[in-house]
Amino acid sequence: MARKKSVYGPIYRGREGQWSWILHRATGVGVILFLFAHVVDTAVVGWGPDAYNRVVAVYHNPFIQFLELVLVGMVIYHAFNGVRIMIIDFWPKASEYHVPIFYATAALFVAAMVPVTWIIGRNILEALF
Amino acid sequence: MATRTDEPAGRPMEPGPGTGRGLGANRTGRDRPVGGFELWSWLFMRVSGLLLLFLAVGHVLIMHVIDEGVERVDFAFVQLRWGSPFWRTWDWLLLTFALIHGVNGLRVIVLDYVRRPGARFVLNWFFYLTGTVLFFLGTVIVFTFDPSAWPATS
Repeated sequence: MARKKSVYGPIYRGREGQWSWILHRATGVGVILFLFAHVVDTAVVGWGPDAYNRVVAVYHNPFIQFLELVLVGMVIYHAFNGVRIMIIDFWPKASEYHVPIFYATAALFVAAMVPVTWIIGRNILEALF
Repeated sequence: MATRTDEPAGRPMEPGPGTGRGLGANRTGRDRPVGGFELWSWLFMRVSGLLLLFLAVGHVLIMHVIDEGVERVDFAFVQLRWGSPFWRTWDWLLLTFALIHGVNGLRVIVLDYVRRPGARFVLNWFFYLTGTVLFFLGTVIVFTFDPSAWPATS
């Protein structure tokens, strides 16, 4: 589809602002699509232990536990970046410091993911070996 | 912003390209909504986001990180957990806010990337209906699950 060239230039400007925005969207979509499936698998609990235990056995598979680590990372990124967005939205002066705020958010994310990766990674390795 | 009152009369309130500092300079994205449904949607995303910061991150840490994580989750675990109205309320609030926040996020993304009106309509309504059905399914299970209906399994 042919589009008129915007007088304001391209939307995509790169750098911290765009990357945090892309990641916010990608992680948000990932989490809501998982949630759709997760409501259904949890609802199986209403059909008793045999049915439910068969369903949650999926979550005890080491490959799925790797995806679980990705999911936890997506939730934590989306949460921390959401706080960053709210800081800039409700305190306009913060937008002058949006680059250091972005790196502070990224540092907090990494700091949170180190123990989480250690704990879930250990579970995966224990399940494998 | 409404606080920008130092502009000469007759000039637009938004700074032009290349003026000012921060994210307001060179801005090319959509403007913040000023009223109507989109303003409430914008506000809802922030309020529910703040709630989900505790509900969703707490849920993820409890279910996937502490103790043995998801390894310990089975029917007996849910039986014990949903014996408490506190966790049922937590899970129902998480279900409700996460579904609305997520489906509204999908709506914003569909508006950005899906240009054809028919495809936009179909995709949005697919997500609205999925969200609504799952909200009722989850609500019924959270509030009607009877831990005593099954004998203890462990």
